[in-house]
Amino acid sequence: MKNAVGRDIPDYLLTNGKEVYQGKNYMDGKYITKASPKTRRYEKPQESKVVATIADALRQCNCKDGCTFSFHHHLRNGDYVANMVIAAAVEELGIKDITVAATSLGSAHDVIADYIEQGIVTGIQTSGIRGRIGDVVSAGKLKTPAIIRSHGGRPRAIEAGEVHIDIAVIAAPTSDCVGNCRGIGGKHNCGSMGYAMMDAKYADYVIVVTDDLVEFPNMPASVKAIDVDAVVVVDSIGDPKKIASAAARISENPRDLMMAENVAKVIASTPYFKDGFSFQTGVGGPSLAANLFLEKYMDERNIKMGWAIGGICGPMVEMLKKGKVGKVIDVQDFDLDAVNSINQTPNHFEMSASQYANPANKGAFVNKLDFVVLAALEIDTDFNVNVLTGSDGVLRGAPGGHPDTAAGSKCCVIVTPLTRGRMATVCEHVVTVTTPGDCVDVLVTDYGIAVNPLRPDLIECLDNAGIPHVSIESLKEKAYSLVGRPDDLQWEDKVVAILEARDGTILDVVRKIKPYTVDQE
Amino acid sequence: MEIRKPASAGTLESSDAMVTVEPGTGIELSLTSSVMNQYGRQIKKTVLETLERLDVKDAKVTVVDKGALDCTIKARVECAVFRSCDKSENNIDWGGVIR
Amino acid sequence: MIPRPKPERFRLRRTMMFLSAQKPGLTKDAYIYGVDSIMLDLEDAVAENQKDAARFSLYHTLKTIDYGDTEVIVRINGLDTPHWKEDIRVCVAGGADGIRIAKCESAQDVLTVEKHVEEAEKEFGVEVGRTLLMAALESPKGILNAYEICAASPRMFGCAISGGDFRKCMQTKFTPSGIDMLTARGMMLIAARAAGVQCFDTVYTNLKDEEGYRAEVMQNKEMGFDGKSLINPKQIRLVHELFAPTEKEITQAEKIVRAYREQSAAGVGVFTVDGKMIDIAFIPGAERTLKLARACGLYEGDLV
Repeated sequence: MKNAVGRDIPDYLLTNGKEVYQGKNYMDGKYITKASPKTRRYEKPQESKVVATIADALRQCNCKDGCTFSFHHHLRNGDYVANMVIAAAVEELGIKDITVAATSLGSAHDVIADYIEQGIVTGIQTSGIRGRIGDVVSAGKLKTPAIIRSHGGRPRAIEAGEVHIDIAVIAAPTSDCVGNCRGIGGKHNCGSMGYAMMDAKYADYVIVVTDDLVEFPNMPASVKAIDVDAVVVVDSIGDPKKIASAAARISENPRDLMMAENVAKVIASTPYFKDGFSFQTGVGGPSLAANLFLEKYMDERNIKMGWAIGGICGPMVEMLKKGKVGKVIDVQDFDLDAVNSINQTPNHFEMSASQYANPANKGAFVNKLDFVVLAALEIDTDFNVNVLTGSDGVLRGAPGGHPDTAAGSKCCVIVTPLTRGRMATVCEHVVTVTTPGDCVDVLVTDYGIAVNPLRPDLIECLDNAGIPHVSIESLKEKAYSLVGRPDDLQWEDKVVAILEARDGTILDVVRKIKPYTVDQE
Repeated sequence: MEIRKPASAGTLESSDAMVTVEPGTGIELSLTSSVMNQYGRQIKKTVLETLERLDVKDAKVTVVDKGALDCTIKARVECAVFRSCDKSENNIDWGGVIR
Repeated sequence: MIPRPKPERFRLRRTMMFLSAQKPGLTKDAYIYGVDSIMLDLEDAVAENQKDAARFSLYHTLKTIDYGDTEVIVRINGLDTPHWKEDIRVCVAGGADGIRIAKCESAQDVLTVEKHVEEAEKEFGVEVGRTLLMAALESPKGILNAYEICAASPRMFGCAISGGDFRKCMQTKFTPSGIDMLTARGMMLIAARAAGVQCFDTVYTNLKDEEGYRAEVMQNKEMGFDGKSLINPKQIRLVHELFAPTEKEITQAEKIVRAYREQSAAGVGVFTVDGKMIDIAFIPGAERTLKLARACGLYEGDLV
C-alpha cells in the first residue's frame, strides 16, 4: 500500500493495527494506553545492589531466550557496555534469540554484527545504525527486519508497548551502590543521560553498569535507584576519546561557512527571528557554523535566543555563558565543553528523550521550536529527506531527532552541499524517506536556496529580504549535470529494515540490495 | 597507442581516481569505486571509450575511483597511457585525440 | 564542451583565486564562491613530476566545467622551465580566458609568450588575439621593467606582484605595515596606470590573521589596486566588501555625472555640486565608481 510520501509498504507489515504514513499530525487527538512493566518489589532494605559480574546481574534479572535488551548511546562510539552485556548473555548464559533495542548503534558495536551473523541476535530496534551492523542488516542477515525509529518515536513506542524492554542496561559514568546514576563526576563522563531515562522507567529489569562507584547518594541522579535492580562495576565503560571530543570546532571549510551564512540569512528573514526565539542545530559542519553567523544577526538586531535544545556542544554552551541564549535544555552532549557544563552552568538543564521529542506526549520541546537546522544525506524534489541509507542503499545513518524537530518546528532548514564527491545530494527520489517533505521548509545548498512550495509565507520572507532562491528541481538538475545521472539501485523483495514515522505509522522500508556488476545492462 | 611499460596517473584523494596501465593482451579492466553501485557502468564506459579513442588495444588497466567526475577519469586514463609511451610531456594533440 | 564568451580585456577583477589545476576536488566548482577570476595553477601548486598530469586535467576542466561569468586564467610555468610551451598550448586549446606569465622580467618575456600564444591560437583554430595575458612580477628586475612589460602587448590586461619571491630577492620579510613592499607596490601601480592596465596585489597567506588581512586589503584599496590574489575562498568576501564604493561615494558620483550631463548639454564646462567645483576631469572617476557600484550590486540606475 502506498503511503503519503509515495512509498510502497508491503501489506504483510500492516497487521496489528499498523498503518502506513498518512501525513503530519495524523495521530493528533488519538488516545493511547500506556504499557507498564512488571517489576520486582524490593521492600526489605538493601545495603547495596552491587553484584560481581554482568552475568550475575543478568541471572538475577531472569535473562531468558528471546530477551529484549535496551541500551543508550550516550557513550557514542566509545561505548563498551552493549558489547560486554551481549557477550555475557551469549557466552556465559547461552541466551539466544536476542533483540537489541538501542537508542543508537554505531561502529563501537561491530561485534554485535557477529552475533547477528550467527543468528543469535535476531532483532534490532534503533535510531541509528552504522558500521558493520548496518552492513550485515543490509545484507539480509538479521532474522527479522530492523525497526528504525526517531528519538521521539522510540519513547512513543516504549510507552505504547510496541517495544517491551525486558532488561534495560544503563551505562553510567557514575553510580552509587543502589543505582542512582549521573553522566558526570566519573572517569568517563557523557553529561546528559536523556536517552536512558525512559528505558529505566519502562523496563522490567534495570542493570546499571559503571566504572566509578561513588558515595551514596549520587545526586542529582539522571536515572534513579527506584528503578534499578542491580549495579555492576567494570574496569571501563568506554573509550573516553570516542565518548566526547575535546571540543566541537566550528568548521573552517569555506563551503560550509558559505552555506552556514545563508542559513543564518534565511533564519533572520523570517518573523520567528525575534527576541526569545528558540533554536536547535546539528553538530555537522555547516549546521554548527550557522551559530556563528546567527550570532551576528542577533547582535545587529539586539535580540537574544530564548532557549536551545538538542544534542549540545561547546559553541552553544559558549553562547549560554555569554548570555546570548537564555536556557539550554540538553538530551545529549557531544563534547567535553557541554559535558562539563550540564547542571553546572546556570540554565543548562537535562531532559529525557520523551520530553525532547515524543510526539505522543503532552508537551515535547520540539513542538515549541522556532528553528531547526539539519543536515541530509539526500533530499528529493518533494523535500523528503534521507539520513539513514547511503546512496548505495546500505544502512549507515540515523534519523535521530531529525524527523521530530522537523515536524515540530516552525521553520526547518536543511543544509547540505549539492553533491558529495560524485553523489548528488539533491536528487529525484531519496533512497529512504526518513523525514517526510511536508515537515521540511527550506533547503540551503552551496549552489542555491530552495523553499518548499508548501510555505508561500517563507518564500515571501526571502523575497522581501532579497535572498535569491530557486526551485528544488533546478537544484536537482544542476546536481545531475555535474555528476551525471546515477544508475537506479536494484533491490530484492526482502525487507531488511522498517522505518517508522515518529507517530508509529510506516514511513518506508529498506530492502536488500542486489549485488551490482558493471557488466549487466 | 601501445602500452610498453607500467604507468599511472591520479591520486586517491576524494573526487580523483588513480589509473594504472600495464602491458597486457586485450583490454583487461579492474575497477573499484566509492560510487560503484550508481556509477560503475558509466565509469567503465568512460574508461573504455577513452582507451578506444587513444587506440589502445592491449592493456591491463586498473582504476581506483574516489568519486571522480568523468572529465577527471578521462584525464587520468589519458595521462597514464601517454606516460606509458613517454609522450606525456609535450606536443599533445589537444582537441584531437585528447578531447 | 562549454563555449566561453570572448574574454574582456577590462572587466571587474577584484579577486583572483589560486587553485591547483591538479586537484579535481577544487577545480570542479570553484566558481560557487563568487570570485571574479579563478587562477588555475600549473606552476608552484603542481609538483615537478605532475606537470603533465595537471595539463590533462586542466584541458578537460576547461572543456567540461561551466564557470559561467567567472573569468578563468591559468598560471603557466616560468620561461626558464621546460614546461611553459606545452602549458601555453593546453591553455589556448582549452580556451582559457587568459594566461598569467610567471616570473616575468621584461617586455621580451611578454613578446615571447605572445608569439607562442598566437602560434597556438592558429594551431587550435582559436581567434587570434582572443587569449589575454597578464604578468606576475616576482623580482626587482620585473618591478623596474614594469612599464615596458605592461605596455608590451595589446593582450596585456594587467600585472600582479608576487610577494613571496619578491621578498626573497629583496632579502626582506613580511611586515604587517607593508613597508617591505611599499616601493614595489607603488612603482608597479604607477607603471600599470601609465600603461593603462590593471594592477593586482599579492596573496595574504596567514588565513588565521583576520585583522592583518583586513589591514592589507584596506591598504590595497587606498593605494589604488584593482584587486587582489587569494588563496582561499573565505578571503573573497572582505575584498568585495572593502573594494565596494560606499553609499556616500555612489550618491556623490551619481550627482556629478548627472550634473555634468545636464550642464554640458547647456554648454557649461565648470559647475558646482554640493559646493565643490566640478569639471570634466571628475567624470571618469565618477563613472568608474558607478560601474564598480553596479558590478557590486549597489547601483541600479541608468547613468552607466
